[in-house]
Amino acid sequence: MKTFITLIILPLAIGLLLLVSTNFTDDADSSSNNTIHVYNWGEYIDPELLDKFYEETGIKVIYETFDSNEAMMVKVNQGGTNYDVVFPSEYAVEKMIKDDMLMPIDYEQLNNDDNIDPDIIERLAPGLSDYTVPYFYGTVGILYNEEAVSDLDLTTWNTLWDDDLENDILMIDGAREAIGMSLNSMGQSLNETDRDVLNSAQQKLFELAPNIRGVVGDEISSMMAEDEASLAVVWSGMAKDTMAENENLNYIVPDEGSNLWFDGMAIPKNANNPEGAHRFIDFLLEEEIAATNTEWVGYSTPNEAALAMMDDDTQNDERFYPDEAALDSLEMYRDLGSEMISYYNELFLEFKMKLD
Amino acid sequence: MKKLLLIPYALWMLIFVVFPLLLMAAYSFIDLSGNITLNNYASFFSSNYIQMTLSSFWYAFLITLFTLIVSYPLALALNATKRKTIWLLIIILPTWINLLLKTYAFIGIFGKNGILNDIFAVFNIDEIQLLFSDTAFIIVSVYIFLPFMLLPLFNAISGIDNNLLNAAKDLGATRVQVFSKIILPLTADGIKAGIQVVFIPSLSLFMITRLITGNKVITLGTAIEQQFLTNENWGMGSTIGIFLVIFMLLIMVITSGKSDNRVMKL
Repeated sequence: MKTFITLIILPLAIGLLLLVSTNFTDDADSSSNNTIHVYNWGEYIDPELLDKFYEETGIKVIYETFDSNEAMMVKVNQGGTNYDVVFPSEYAVEKMIKDDMLMPIDYEQLNNDDNIDPDIIERLAPGLSDYTVPYFYGTVGILYNEEAVSDLDLTTWNTLWDDDLENDILMIDGAREAIGMSLNSMGQSLNETDRDVLNSAQQKLFELAPNIRGVVGDEISSMMAEDEASLAVVWSGMAKDTMAENENLNYIVPDEGSNLWFDGMAIPKNANNPEGAHRFIDFLLEEEIAATNTEWVGYSTPNEAALAMMDDDTQNDERFYPDEAALDSLEMYRDLGSEMISYYNELFLEFKMKLD
Repeated sequence: MKKLLLIPYALWMLIFVVFPLLLMAAYSFIDLSGNITLNNYASFFSSNYIQMTLSSFWYAFLITLFTLIVSYPLALALNATKRKTIWLLIIILPTWINLLLKTYAFIGIFGKNGILNDIFAVFNIDEIQLLFSDTAFIIVSVYIFLPFMLLPLFNAISGIDNNLLNAAKDLGATRVQVFSKIILPLTADGIKAGIQVVFIPSLSLFMITRLITGNKVITLGTAIEQQFLTNENWGMGSTIGIFLVIFMLLIMVITSGKSDNRVMKL
């Protein structure tokens, strides 16, 4: 009996002791101003920059990653960890502002915010830039195998419905992207809330079903690299990563227009160290840092000064740095409210059930 | 003293089983804007969810059936080998590997330019598009659930007294009779246990449906994932969860009915 009790008590005691000790270290960290908690998408920052930030400022970055805006918002909302910098997409920023989850950016504390292309900021929904600074941006378009679809005209979304593409299209698993593509092909807005228009967009998607090989997530990248399908509807960032792996791939945004997205840097209302957060944001805005980071991440940077430092091929690549006219055809997602988002998802789920 | 020992487990059950279930039940009556409602239950009976439920059951049935068909002879064969435990270990080994990792591996095997088609090409067999098909989904699921079916079957089979089999043969029973009158009834409990551990989790598979079938197979698991992570509609997600729990309880009741040792009645 005695050994039995020791066996129970001992691990309990050790566990408790460890628990108490972590409490001490946590306290020491967060009470002083030398740590910040950063919550970012996976593979979305050059990790060496975190060390560099520590060298420059003495602030240690505790870095965590998420894989969807929704998951991030749940975690920020529920507390537990008080994040100092988060990286939401545009519609998530809008939602977080509505839900009173963000604190305004204090531009007084930033020195490098002038590096951001004012044209990009102008395209944000009104009031968004009070709460966020753009980090990377991009589009939704078609990643295609040049050899396989050389005789198709991809300057229009409607080509996707071509009979030649039977069972040959991979689609990103996102309701806004899929319904949005259908809306775009009909010349409608990506932020449509008229249910009749949405229903006809869904009907049009149903007709696309025979051409769909699969509706998948990030796996599209490796699948396209392995020539699993001739064509995929993806985000530009993913397209660029994949093109680096397979020379035959190219990327195009059809003329009818598409989605222009951006991910921003923002500071949650319950941040422990807003000053450190501002310093981190300012650090990432610094032109050389932003250029290094852009090279590592590969997405399109809204940082004009950083872009000017990169090689000509990158700067002049209109697939990833669209010109004025192209940008004008693009549209950002707005937060349509949870009811409408649910409706989009329902329509999309019905589309997935039509796949065979 | 014995009762004292129960306390930690009772607490555990309370905190990690009973409480979450109650929470789920409570959430299932809440709509998107936080009001109390019965609409979630009403929408479960819409055609979409009925269709998803049917398809979940159908695929769970197929997965369980094929897992059983593969596992039973395997368990019999294993029992006849000399080094049972080593063979068993080899078959159980893959369960130590993360489920997602195994699923990703199958993408590489089944892909258009995957290993399988490479092998086919050597023998001049036509290329097949296995990835994104129902067949691929069943194969991967059977592979994943195989050890869970195998273990209870193997235990049941290795527990059969050899004297029974010998006596039957002595008394002139044919091989088929030995199997149907002795082995099968004595392993009935193993079969039931195996069906439970395979059928129930396969009702709510979701990652494999996306990775292997590209969402061409939609199950209730997919719907729950979407309600929680994309729609942030915890109410509807919980409602589907409640129905899954009910389905699972029903299956438990059906498969764990009174076990009768029919051998005794011979």
